[in-house]
Amino acid sequence: MPQQLHEFTIEAADAAAGREMAAALRPRFEVATDGARSVRRVWLDTFDWRLYRAGSTLEYTSGPGTHELAFAASDGERTACAVPRMSWPAAAGSVPGALVRDLVEPVAGIRALLPVAACASAQRTLRVLDGEDKTVARITVDLASVRGPAGIALPARLTVTPVRGYGGQADRVERLLAGLPSVTAADRSSFQLALAAAGRRAGDYSSQVDVALTPAMPARAAVAAVLLRLLDIIEANVDGAVRDIDTEFLHDLRIAVRRTRAALKLAGDALPGDLAPRYALEFRWLGQLTTPLRDLDVHLLGFADAAAGLVTASPPDLAPMHESLTRYRAAERRRLARGLRSARFTRLTSQCWCALGKLSARGAHQAGAAPSRRAAAGRGGVAQTPVGDLATARIERAYRRLARTGAAITAASPEEDLHTVRKRGKELRYLLEFFAALHEPATHRSAVRELKALQDCLGEIQDGHVQREAIRSLAARMVAERATPAATLLAMGELAAQLDAAASEARDDFGRRFARFTSDRNASRIASLAKAAAA
Amino acid sequence: MRIYATYNVKGGVGKTSAAVNLAYLASREGRSTLLWDLDPQAAATFLFRIRPRVKGGGKALVRGAMPLDAAIKGTDFDHLDLLPADLTYRRMDLLLDAAKKPTRQIARLLAPLAGEYDTVFLDCPPSISLVTENVLHAADMLIVPLIPTTLCTRTLDQLTGFVDSFDGPQPAILAFFSMVDRRKRLHRDITQNLPAERKDLATAVVPALSLVEQMAVRRAPLPVYAPRSRAAQCYRELWQEISALRPGG
Repeated sequence: MPQQLHEFTIEAADAAAGREMAAALRPRFEVATDGARSVRRVWLDTFDWRLYRAGSTLEYTSGPGTHELAFAASDGERTACAVPRMSWPAAAGSVPGALVRDLVEPVAGIRALLPVAACASAQRTLRVLDGEDKTVARITVDLASVRGPAGIALPARLTVTPVRGYGGQADRVERLLAGLPSVTAADRSSFQLALAAAGRRAGDYSSQVDVALTPAMPARAAVAAVLLRLLDIIEANVDGAVRDIDTEFLHDLRIAVRRTRAALKLAGDALPGDLAPRYALEFRWLGQLTTPLRDLDVHLLGFADAAAGLVTASPPDLAPMHESLTRYRAAERRRLARGLRSARFTRLTSQCWCALGKLSARGAHQAGAAPSRRAAAGRGGVAQTPVGDLATARIERAYRRLARTGAAITAASPEEDLHTVRKRGKELRYLLEFFAALHEPATHRSAVRELKALQDCLGEIQDGHVQREAIRSLAARMVAERATPAATLLAMGELAAQLDAAASEARDDFGRRFARFTSDRNASRIASLAKAAAA
Repeated sequence: MRIYATYNVKGGVGKTSAAVNLAYLASREGRSTLLWDLDPQAAATFLFRIRPRVKGGGKALVRGAMPLDAAIKGTDFDHLDLLPADLTYRRMDLLLDAAKKPTRQIARLLAPLAGEYDTVFLDCPPSISLVTENVLHAADMLIVPLIPTTLCTRTLDQLTGFVDSFDGPQPAILAFFSMVDRRKRLHRDITQNLPAERKDLATAVVPALSLVEQMAVRRAPLPVYAPRSRAAQCYRELWQEISALRPGG
């Protein structure tokens, strides 16, 4: 049952404070003291802070013989339930206690729940009794400390928890306590304090590029800053990908690698010497390292829906396919972990940090005195060009290339040509993302929305073909390895046919999508973005 | 969500004591537990120091004007809630009879609570009525306290025969000897011999002790005020037997 909990700070958490509270509650209520207990409080969120961004929190409290999971929604409503002892990380869907799981799962989605802050608490509970000696509320006095070398102690906290069905009495208790001079409403929650004490900041990870650029900034420094940000995302996801905490660590890592490769290709000429071609090769290797596992993840993540969509075959027919995918995934996971722990990867990231860090710092230093366009052209070419100009030129070129390759598509065009259009679309998308800070936000959002609609269509076409081919290869591999039931192969055939049909449907829609994307309205939108970047 | 009902057509056999103590023991295991006091005498409600009143009465519950979860009260114990009795429950038969599918109303009312509670106990009034029939349809298991008398098996056989006549899912039945007085030869003989003859009898036996009767004075489950007593141990053994069985199986 949802509850609203408010936190208060209290000057002291000793017996005298207990007596003071009891006196404040009389004559309407009596107070009985429950024993003290030590608990560990752990706050959980996904790696990308989905709960925090939704304004909610999830707390796991573990004490002697009791473990509780409590979800607080954005409106402060708290829902708690008893759970068995848990270890984290855990998938949101695997959380016991349907009451809380049903609230957490839609927010966390496929991401695992990880501890983001924790504290050890000495708690003392006072039971507030009515005239029948029935407990109507509990006052918890919490003395928490955050683990670590310093072992920071947090200010004493006081919360009033209503007993279900006695909300009115609990409100009265809260009002009476709030009137005490030693009690004040807390301006920051225990979660916020524990987080700060642990040196963390809520929302400190995002997979977005989000680099602060100004149009006058030298292109070299700007591109280095974008690449550093992408490197940051890659490194942030390595541990989760290696430990296989959830599939999205690898996904975010892989997208950051793709963006890095795109940045090197599309704006790498702003970097000195052979930096761009040298790193392009290394990031190509890194991208290839991630492909097989991600492909298997895509199959497995969509498996339940695909199985549910079977018409002729039945979902259990696909069990051997699932078993094979899981087995292959385990092998690919080991291979990826080896790659991400390799000297080659460590060397790549450390050298990148070193090389790009210098450029970015130098660029930031120069940002205040941006070169004129003429001076830039005379001295260092692209490197010293203001990034606004570079963004304009590259976005316009990417749009022209996408428009040209897309316009050449006919009903007879081979799949490879559509794949090329998709690649051009991705290049434009990445450029828009890199230079987003230079654009007017509303126009930027509209342009990205139109492009995304086109990309979704192209994605369905290509993914359909790729997955169809992957299912064929998988079937061949399964047959070669062990006896595979005919029903499984037939079901896989049906899956492949469905993917083909979906791809064909998407292809039929391509013309409409492309016409919309290249409409005068959208073309002028892209042009105005380019203009704004150069301003 | 597992639904247990303590039931016997006779009164004063230990149904409420069993419901209160077993619900308490279930909640101690961390199971989110609800006890619905269906008996207008409100003994279980009294034991938990809760006012025997539901806003709008049984009528509001059956007709949906008052959702069940809005009428639930927390007890003094973690993970244990109570749906209080109300004097209007004495007319519950009439209310149920007026509804569609009159024998399935309690099951329907409980269904939305499945996400919230692991275990539900229904403390039934001593009667054969539409309320009883609802309870028998809603429950996964009937827990039947029996005072060891010559006619006690007849009661159990009648109940088993009635349940067997149901179409569809039928609750499992587990009887246990309650209020056993070892000083009486008949009690000793029956509790010693009958379990060998019947599979629907628990091996745990609850003795007739003043400590059990003190629940009404202490207004608390027995394991709270006498956790080491033999009576508390007997309820623990009974709960272990019950929770080890698969309801409906």
